[in-house]
Order: sequence, then structure tokens, then C-alpha cells
Amino acid sequence: MKIVVCIKQVPARDAPLAIAEDKIWIRESDIGFEMNEPDGYALEEALRLKESRGGEVVVASLGPERAKQTIKEALAKGADRAIHVVDPGFYRLDPLASARSLAAVIQKESPDLILTGLQSDDHGFGQTGVLLAERLGLPHSTIIMQIEISDGKLKLKRELEAGWFQWVEMPLPAVLSIQSGINKPRYATLKGIMAAKKKPIESVERASLGLPDEPTQTIERIFVPQKTKHTEFLDGSPKEVAAALIEKLRHEARVLS
Amino acid sequence: MKILAVAEQRQGKWNPLTWETLVAAQQLAEKTSAELCAVLAGSDIAGLGEELSARRVSEVLLLDHPLLESYTADGFTIALRGLVEQSSPDLVLLPHTYQVRDFAPKLAASMGKGFVGDCVGYRWEADRLVLTRQMFQGRANADVTFAGPPPWVASFQAGAFRPDQVARRESGQAPVRKIDVDLKPEQIRTRPLETFREARQAVDLTEAPIIVSVGRGIKEQANIALAEKLAKLVGGELAASRPICDEGWLPMDRQIGSSGQTVAPKLYLALGISGAIQHVVGMKGSRTVVAVNKDRNAPIFEIADYGIVGDLFEIVPALIAQLENPQP
Ligand SMILES: Cc1cc2nc3c(=O)[nH]c(=O)nc-3n(C[C@H](O)[C@H](O)[C@H](O)COP(=O)(O)OP(=O)(O)OC[C@H]3O[C@@H](n4cnc5c(N)ncnc54)[C@H](O)[C@@H]3O)c2cc1C
Ligand SMILES: Nc1ncnc2c1ncn2[C@@H]1O[C@H](COP(=O)(O)O)[C@@H](O)[C@H]1O
Repeated sequence: MKIVVCIKQVPARDAPLAIAEDKIWIRESDIGFEMNEPDGYALEEALRLKESRGGEVVVASLGPERAKQTIKEALAKGADRAIHVVDPGFYRLDPLASARSLAAVIQKESPDLILTGLQSDDHGFGQTGVLLAERLGLPHSTIIMQIEISDGKLKLKRELEAGWFQWVEMPLPAVLSIQSGINKPRYATLKGIMAAKKKPIESVERASLGLPDEPTQTIERIFVPQKTKHTEFLDGSPKEVAAALIEKLRHEARVLS
Repeated sequence: MKILAVAEQRQGKWNPLTWETLVAAQQLAEKTSAELCAVLAGSDIAGLGEELSARRVSEVLLLDHPLLESYTADGFTIALRGLVEQSSPDLVLLPHTYQVRDFAPKLAASMGKGFVGDCVGYRWEADRLVLTRQMFQGRANADVTFAGPPPWVASFQAGAFRPDQVARRESGQAPVRKIDVDLKPEQIRTRPLETFREARQAVDLTEAPIIVSVGRGIKEQANIALAEKLAKLVGGELAASRPICDEGWLPMDRQIGSSGQTVAPKLYLALGISGAIQHVVGMKGSRTVVAVNKDRNAPIFEIADYGIVGDLFEIVPALIAQLENPQP
């Protein structure tokens, strides 16, 4: 079976956050980037399906040139090839425009299954997978914690709130948004890293896709939120703050005996 | 202006986020002199419709159809889209539940419109709606506006509005209207099966008066012992954020948050937890929250009563030492 996995490169979790001059993105100099966390789980799921059923895993990524590094990481872990939709201004796109761009290149592949992460760590739209399904005319499901395939049908474990789950069945092809924790992602091996050097990455300029450009929504500005709650910060050496905290918990908040 | 506020129920029980979104919708309707209709989808929901009609809305619209008994993205999208096309609202507001995030983008996109999801607030400014939503895992906020003509679709994050502020009608009830739903079984491509919980919860954290909770800042499974020692000394239970349970470092039944347990102890000590909303909804009812985090801008400090900016591997041993051997 042919599986497309959508992988976004995002700023590293511990990267310091400085808002750029244009106020709609962050300063990219001096920060690291990494694979969006749930996308790593989606990739692992795709690789396992390929290992048990045969077929091909194709990575689709929309982003600037730097995204190649994350694409290569996915190839090193075992994906077969990749399509990179290149757009240095990808962060200006609204979710529908991003999904349209990815859908345009995915459509040509006619995959049996399309996996995305549940949510990106940077924009956090939480909707690209659902939009892809709508654009491609396919059924979808989100917050997926287990995938079973039999007789050309999917049986999925979908997460609900407060520790509940639900089984859902649907036909293939379909689009699934994968939740973190569904599996244990592998690390790339040295052999995988070497093999990845020969794997094809097809670059497509987003502008060449000829897609409509009117946005449905616009980010006007991003900003660091003002704290509204009064937190009492305790300063000093570890020993001093430890003593101060215990004192406060005992005698001020009265929550410790 | 006309606003539809979409309520949510499952098997006859309200999702409590319904009331928060209704508050947002009521306040916006008041500000803009808009007409506000509450919408509910399901099967056999007349009773719930009555409950909605006691709230301050001009009308309650019921999408009551056997095929809407169990949620499906196709069924709910088709039913709601039919209603939107019929009643031409400017704005459709929904609670950002796991169900809504599964179909609202599709609902909007199927009309060529955008969905602004998971908003934490809004402003009505110069005759337009400015929504605020989080980016970068809550480390930044974004002001977002809709482009192009209505209808616009948006959802609100848990905790963005206070459910107890829902306005009731001064007298009587709002009219309840059943909307014709044009839905055929073959239009629904997914088949929802049973809902279930994993193996019985071994610990009930909801009863614990003190909880020591660890996040990814704990770095390695071996370091959990450190937090465990602290938990013992303060007479508390150990809990964790999702990534810790995903890794299998602690069992799932110790996960706090929207997918795990909701707790309200008198003391919640968050060690190396960033404070993502999905975690915070599970513990924000705690009486006293202490956060230890090396990042001063971590969102957890937004809800902490006491904050320590520092390395938990220095702070926690110091706390343990202090508890074992009190020193002035
Ligand atoms: C649908 C959905 C459901 C979810 N459900 C849940 C849920 O039920 N529960 C839940 O918790 N999450 C849930 N999540 C995940 C949530 O969005 C966050 O990703 C998660 O809570 C982050 O966990 P964390 O704070 O431990 O890790 P991170 O966000 O990685 O934060 C680690 C923190 O540790 C700090 N740190 C690192 N090293 C140190 C050190 N040495 N000393 C002090 N501080 C340090 C860092 O500054 C950082 O703030 C859900 C997400 C989605 C999309
Ligand atoms: N620029 C992108 N390139 C590739 N995949 C993406 C991109 N943006 C979003 N996705 C996919 O869609 C998922 C959800 O992203 P979002 O809707 O931004 O929260 C991500 O986890 C990715 O799998």
C-alpha cells in the first residue's frame, strides 16, 4: 500500500521565542528546527504498516528550504521518497491554503492512506488533516491511537475526552490525524542515514501549483501574552527558595502540614 | 448580525464546554445587537432542547435525526451545513471539543470558508471580529481576523469563558424549532462503534489532597524517583503530563489533562511542565499551584500561585533536603 505522511518542520521545543519585525512570525536566526512531534508518530505508523503489508511511504512537506533537513531525517528513518513543496513564506498561508498545496501534490500520488500529525507545535491550527480530507474528497478521522487494517477497511481507535476511546471503521483511502503516543518512534540508524542520501526528494515551488491565493483568515499579529495572574516568584539559591516555598505552603497557603 | 452557537451532547449528556461557548456568544450578541440561536445536533434531543431554551437565546434549533445519534464527521457536517445555508448566520461558534476539532474545519472548508479554532478570546473592534488564539504551544498569542464574506466559523478553548456566566431568560422559554435534516445513510462514510475505557483505573487521583506532577523536564525515566521521593515526603500522589505517560514512564491512569484525569487537589506541584492547555484543563481547579520550570515564560506560570524559575534538578533535591532536615 502507498502511504503519504505529512511532515512539518517546526522550531525546536526549547528554542527561545523572539517575535520577528513583521509581527506574524518569529526570528529564525539562531534557533534550531525539528520534526513536528506527532508527525514523527505518524511516520512511525506508516513505516510499520509498510513493513507488515509492503508498499511505499512518501513524505510530503510544505516549507522553506530548511525543511529539507527534516525531510532527510524522515528518509533516514525509512521513508522511500519525498515531495517538498517549497515556499519561503509558508507561514503566511492560512490552514486552507496550506492544505490545498499539500492536497495538490498528494492527489497525483493516489495514495491508499494519508497520515498527518494531530497538531503542529508552531501554528497549532489542528486542522490540516481534516482539510486535506475535504479537499481530496476522502473520509477522515482524528486523534488516532491505533490503526488496524483488514479486508481493505480501517478500524481505528480514536481518543475521546477524559480517558475514553471509541472504535471507528471506515473505508480506504482515508486521511488520519495521528495523536502523540500511538507508538514508539524509532531512531535513524547510520545505515538509514547513508541510504537516505540516495533517496529522491522532489521539489515543487508552491507558486507553480497555480492555486487560489485569497486567504480565509489572516494572522494580524503575534505577541507574548500579558500575564493576568499574580504569581509570586521565589528567588534565591535552591536552598533558599526551597525553604521559602515550604514556609509559604505551610503558613501562607496552609496546604502542607 | 446573526450568530449560531453550537451546543454539544453525547448520549444525552452535555459537554460542559457548551456553556462556555454560549457565554462567548451571548456577550458578543449583546455587543453587536445580534440575533443568537443555539443549535444542538443528535437524536431524540427534545429534552435537551428544552434546557437550552431556558438560556438567553432567541431561538433553539434542533438537528434531530436518527443518523445523528452517534457522532460522525460526515453526518454532523452535512446537517450543520444544511442549517447554515438555510439560516445564513454571519458567525458559527463552537466549543473546541475533540468532536468539534474533527468536523469544524470540514464544515467551513466545504463552504469555501475558514475555521479559526481553539480561540482564547475575542474583541469586537471597528466593526469586525478579532479572535485571539494560541501559537507555539501557548508561548505566544495571535490576533486573527476572517477574510472574505461570512459565514465565519470559530471555536473557543476550554476555560476561555466562565460557564457560570451563562445568562438565563428572565421569563419563559425561547422557541424550540426542529430543523429538517436531509441526511442519507450512504452519505456517512465512517461507522462509529463502541466507546470504552482502558483497563480500570488503578489510582483515583481525584481524591488526592496533594499531587506532585512531572513533565518532560524530568528528562529520563530514572529521574522520576526524585519526584516520587518528594511526593512521599509531602504525602502526595505522583502524576504526570502526557509525554511522560506516552513514554510509558508512568501508567496512563496518572495522566492529568483533557485526555486523562481532572483533579483539584489543595496542592499541585508541577515540575518541568510547560502548561499546555490540554494539561491545564485537568488541574486548574487546584487550590494552590506551584510551578518549577527553567523557562520564565512557560505558560504554567500563568496559573501558578508560587513560581520557581530554575532547574528542577537543583530545586527538587533542595526541597527534599529541607523536608527531611528542616533548616531555618
Ligand atoms: C488532543 C490533545 C490532547 C492532549 N491531552 C493531554 C493531556 O491529557 N495531558 C497532558 O499533559 N497533555 C496533553 N496533550 C499534550 C499537550 O498539548 C502538551 O504537549 C503536553 O502537556 C506537554 O507536556 P510537558 O509540559 O511535560 O512537556 P513540554 O511542553 O515539552 O514542557 C517541558 C517543560 O519543562 C521545562 N524544563 C525542561 N527542563 C527543565 C529543568 N531541568 N528544570 C525545570 N524545568 C525544565 C521546559 O522549560 C518546559 O516548559 C494533548 C494534546 C492534544 C493535541
Ligand atoms: N507545512 C506543512 N507541511 C507538511 N505537513 C503539514 C504542514 N502543516 C501542517 N501539516 C500536517 O498537518 C498536521 C496538523 O497541522 P496543523 O493543522 O498546523 O496543526 C501536522 O502535524 C502535519 O502532519
